[in-house]
Amino acid sequence: MTATATTATTFAALKKDFPILQTQRHGKPLTFLDSAASSQRPTQVLDAMNLAYTTAYANVHRGVYGLAEAATNAYETARLKTARFIGAPDSSEVIFTKNATEALNLVAYSWGRTNLGPGDAIVLTTMEHHANIVPWQMAAAEKGFEIRWIHLGQDGQLDLSTLDRLLDGAKMLSITSMSNVLGTINPLEHLIPAAHAAGALVCVDACQSVPHMPTNVADMGADFVAFSGHKMLGPSGIGVLWGRMELLEAMPPFLGGGGMISNVTIEGFMPDAVPSKFEAGTPPIVEAVGLAAAIDYLEAIGMENIRQHEIELTAYALRKLREELGDNVTIHGPSEPAQRGGVLSIELKDVHAHDVSQILDSHGVAVRPGHHCAKPLMKEMGVNATARASFYLYNDTNDVDTLAAALSDAHSFFAI
Amino acid sequence: MSDIEDLYREIILDHYRSPRNAGELETPPATKAEGFNPLCGDEIVVYLILDDAGIITDLKVGGQGCSISQSSASMMSAAVKGKTVEHAREVMKTFKGLMSIAETGAELTEPTPDEIRKLGDLAALRGVVKFPTRIKCATLSWNTLDEALNEAQA
Ligand SMILES: Cc1ncc(COP(=O)(O)O)c(C=O)c1O
Repeated sequence: MTATATTATTFAALKKDFPILQTQRHGKPLTFLDSAASSQRPTQVLDAMNLAYTTAYANVHRGVYGLAEAATNAYETARLKTARFIGAPDSSEVIFTKNATEALNLVAYSWGRTNLGPGDAIVLTTMEHHANIVPWQMAAAEKGFEIRWIHLGQDGQLDLSTLDRLLDGAKMLSITSMSNVLGTINPLEHLIPAAHAAGALVCVDACQSVPHMPTNVADMGADFVAFSGHKMLGPSGIGVLWGRMELLEAMPPFLGGGGMISNVTIEGFMPDAVPSKFEAGTPPIVEAVGLAAAIDYLEAIGMENIRQHEIELTAYALRKLREELGDNVTIHGPSEPAQRGGVLSIELKDVHAHDVSQILDSHGVAVRPGHHCAKPLMKEMGVNATARASFYLYNDTNDVDTLAAALSDAHSFFAI
Repeated sequence: MSDIEDLYREIILDHYRSPRNAGELETPPATKAEGFNPLCGDEIVVYLILDDAGIITDLKVGGQGCSISQSSASMMSAAVKGKTVEHAREVMKTFKGLMSIAETGAELTEPTPDEIRKLGDLAALRGVVKFPTRIKCATLSWNTLDEALNEAQA
């Protein structure tokens, strides 16, 4: 059996694990193509969370009774599992947040406000999600440092021709591992050493890559890595910031409250050790249990296999949409499937993305219209809105065929 | 008629394909207001000239967006150009009522059949209410008109 046939048969069986994928929309089976915004979750994750709520729930890190201990164990086991999943050398370097946005805000607020001031510079790319732009702009407005930009070049790739000049004297490069609009996988293996050589730290927004391909933060060599649980089969309400211990230890707390202190008096407080220092208040307890179950599910299939499946599906989709719609369709981003993730930003000739998505919805097909929280990128692409179809392990070629047929319908509906 | 056919009536597609009063006016003398739909990136720019008698003597609409926001803007321009501010605000109130949106601080009053008849082409947008996310598209140009009128009267 070829590798392709193996993966195809494995993946064909996955849909049944996802209850929502058995439902209908407007009398049509749901074709869910919006996993880049948020994925769906399998029964295994839902059951694990239900079990935690029904048998092992109490607040963590506080009670001495057995139930509180069980909940604390489950929460800390999730941290261990997450650390192993991303190749973190030390599980204490894994901080649970509300989402990736909070994780990036933590870096910009705590590290940024301590280490950046007038005369300093950081480097971002115009390909970033607003979550990796606005927190830095907020810190820059307060602290007066400069933000330099790596712009978009050819074929959905960054223009790295002036990289050395941009990094010269910069203290931070904060960059997405994979664009949520173009699917572009950025060459971190080249960018991280270049940034370090220039004396800059690197913060990676890994929201779109951690769910879809193997991740090893130690091999990657980054200093901070942020991602969200809800895009990787886990629940909403939990995100992760991984950071190098040495940096985390030197940083001041982000949010203050219970759980993050070692002592409080009326004169002041002493922060607790990492990671508690950055986990103020009751954390996402059962969400962590759900995330751990999602990691178990992903690992059982294998991240390499998931990546391979999505490359094949993307290649099929690029071919199929071209066949079906010819020049009436534009798909942004790298033309080579192996250089991109399963995110297709689609423009249909003479039909606005909002209308495309509306017609697709009437076919049961869920895609996202708009600017995808990346307005600077959309401006550089010269488009105001695209309809974005994105794939995950539960999607198959039937979903792509349904998408292609629905796009054809949208096109003939609006054709002049 | 399916919900989708009801949403995209022929008259809407006609305004979308050949928008009325599209373009720009020089500011000043014209007043300009910009409206954005942060959800989908649609933009509407309304330019208008108000004379001393309170008549909208000229009006143009710029920007870009989906069929619903563009056709609604086109219909809006045709409905209020050459009319008084009072008339424009009256139509705005009826149209928003049709979209199930009450004036700030007021009870929602469903437009009467007579009022709906007076809306002319605009009544074709009534299918939009079944698609809550699209109501913002349909009302974007009206909110922008409102801003431009306030600006011109300031
Ligand atoms: C690349 C990227 N960064 C950041 C985010 C923000 O994630 P969240 O909304 O879960 O904080 C997203 C998700 O939309 C994303 O795609």
